Amino acid sequence: MTDQAFHRSQSEMLGERPPPANSVGVIGWMRRNLFSSATNTLVTILSLVLLWWIVPPLFNWVFFDASYSGSVGADCVGHGACWAWLDQRIDQFLYGFYPPESYWRVNLSVILLVPALAFVLFDRLPGAKYGRWYSLAYPFIAAILLVGGFGLEGVTTDKFGGFMLNLVAGVAGIALSLPIGILLALGRRSKLPLIRWLSVGFIEFIRGVPLITLLFVAVIILQLFLPSEVSLDQLLRVMIMITLFASGYMAEVIRGGLQAIPKGQYEAAEAMGLRYWQSMRLIILPQALKISIPGIVNTFIGLFKDTTLLIIIGLFDILGQARLLQTNQDWIGKVDHETFLLAALFFFVICFSMSRYSLKLEKRLDTTRR
Amino acid sequence: MKMKLITGAVAAAGLMAISATANTAHAGTLDDVRAAGELKCGINTGLPGFAFTDDSGNWQGFDVAFCKALAAAVLGDTSKIKYVSLTGKNRFPALTSGEIDVLSRNTTWTFSRDVDLGFTFVGVNYYDGQGFIGRTKLGVKSAKELDGASICIQTGTTTELNLADFARDNKIEYEPVPIETNAEARAAYEAERCDVYTTDASGLAATKATFDDPENHMVFPEIVSKEPLGPLVRQGDDQWADIARWTLNVLINAEELGITRANAAELAKGTDNPAINRILGSEGSMGEMLGLSKDWAVNAISAEGNYAEIFDKYVGPDTPLGLARGLNALYKDGGILYAPPIR
Repeated sequence: MTDQAFHRSQSEMLGERPPPANSVGVIGWMRRNLFSSATNTLVTILSLVLLWWIVPPLFNWVFFDASYSGSVGADCVGHGACWAWLDQRIDQFLYGFYPPESYWRVNLSVILLVPALAFVLFDRLPGAKYGRWYSLAYPFIAAILLVGGFGLEGVTTDKFGGFMLNLVAGVAGIALSLPIGILLALGRRSKLPLIRWLSVGFIEFIRGVPLITLLFVAVIILQLFLPSEVSLDQLLRVMIMITLFASGYMAEVIRGGLQAIPKGQYEAAEAMGLRYWQSMRLIILPQALKISIPGIVNTFIGLFKDTTLLIIIGLFDILGQARLLQTNQDWIGKVDHETFLLAALFFFVICFSMSRYSLKLEKRLDTTRR
Repeated sequence: MKMKLITGAVAAAGLMAISATANTAHAGTLDDVRAAGELKCGINTGLPGFAFTDDSGNWQGFDVAFCKALAAAVLGDTSKIKYVSLTGKNRFPALTSGEIDVLSRNTTWTFSRDVDLGFTFVGVNYYDGQGFIGRTKLGVKSAKELDGASICIQTGTTTELNLADFARDNKIEYEPVPIETNAEARAAYEAERCDVYTTDASGLAATKATFDDPENHMVFPEIVSKEPLGPLVRQGDDQWADIARWTLNVLINAEELGITRANAAELAKGTDNPAINRILGSEGSMGEMLGLSKDWAVNAISAEGNYAEIFDKYVGPDTPLGLARGLNALYKDGGILYAPPIR
């Protein structure tokens, strides 16, 4: 009998049982994150209502109620968006006034840009050693492709336009503003007074003046002083200004990084017997640039968006093309939102990619042991 | 104090340098245009009917047509034009600095622009005037009743100044909503950011036509200003100004004499009408007097047609703008368009 009494308790271990259904999976996640408290529940419900208000009507407007065919604005009937212009105008939104028979030159330079970027952005690519040289040569290849020369028919830069113009100005500015910014940042911390003063003066001047003012100076005032036979290309002038402007900001971002490096690192580099440029290249800059990545990419994104200011020299970037179509009498009043939406989409894709890449880069280079 | 003197002196020297270059460096525009092989023509960044791009990205419009006529007269080719798009703010510096050879951008001919800014207006190609459009639900029937209204205006234009004058005259207090471009001003009005939108009457008609509910808007009867729009060149190069002026006059005279794009080449072979013969070059040597070729006027008319053809093609009753000739009809037809004779 006693045996039986003992046997009332379990003789074997029970197997693990799954946690209660309401604490795992989708439901569990929702309970933990969306409905954990009264406030949280309220916020969740309000957000859902807000989304319900915004998203379905937006989608209806953009896609389901939209008109897709027609040759003038009057063909767009109903309450949806008017996309009928896309068919005829997309080329102008992409290439501006670039001669259509030469679109392939633009396309080719974009295709060639991909490996040129890849060799800079990703290490461990096959053939990386030669790839870097290719990346260095790319700007010249692209310039010849776009402007002409070496047997290619010349295209003046006033024919540039659309998103291609944003890319040209943006990529050139991004590629140049980083090295110039690094030099300025080092110059500002230099022990040689002349270099330091010049760097400080330049940076503070750039940061103290609005970009649009600089552009006006480059475009309008400069022409009054230059002799009339010297005419610097308008686009070139503006690209130089945008690049210098971004460089000024870049210098300050990098200076922040340089100042965050402990003094011990500088001293260690000196103790190793490294000279100034060696210590900068091997010890200081790799660390300083790494911690400045968010700021650097921020400046890049800002610069890319500043390319829309090209409208003031009468060049029609993608935003300019949008405005141009809005003032075409066939489309006036019908395409205000749609054209801006398209331009915004293009910018979003590029800027969002830059920001995602920078996050990835930060993670990859993260050597701090937290 | 000393610092101020120095800055003042530097600024003055700079200004003198600017005006010196502006006045001396650009004589001989005709030679410059010929040497460059292209006419640099300043146009709007986009104005319905007056300057816009077609589906293949070519510039078209009432103002652009003048560029084409001028390029045809000077270079014999309408494709040899470099269009420079300019905003209301940078159009004048662009002309002063030599960035463009002629400005054909719905610019109002005023005293100060002609005299003080150092330009020469070569004529009037569109007689406009400033008007107002407002919502009918305001219950206002006249611009004089706009006391307390908010008004959308484009900055940097005569519109802004005219409005201020009109308000002071009629003792109206208004709240200005200044906006950079015409398109944005129209959009702002549509979004009800202002009660009333004011711009040139030509623009108002076009604007009203694009609204989804035109019956809820009305153009007030008052035209508060004179806006003679026309092409202009830099002061100091009379030959070039003459070329631009008489190209415009040729287009207007061509309408009067019945010379069209289609028959210009045919009539140029000689007709019984001496006035036509003089224009088209089969009599006299008008082209040579201007320093141009004999067939300059034939080329100018062949570019986009005579004044009437240009008007009808871009802004006339059959276009989305649907503007009536009104003041811009020939003097014989009840308008005030009157070009001096070519003889």
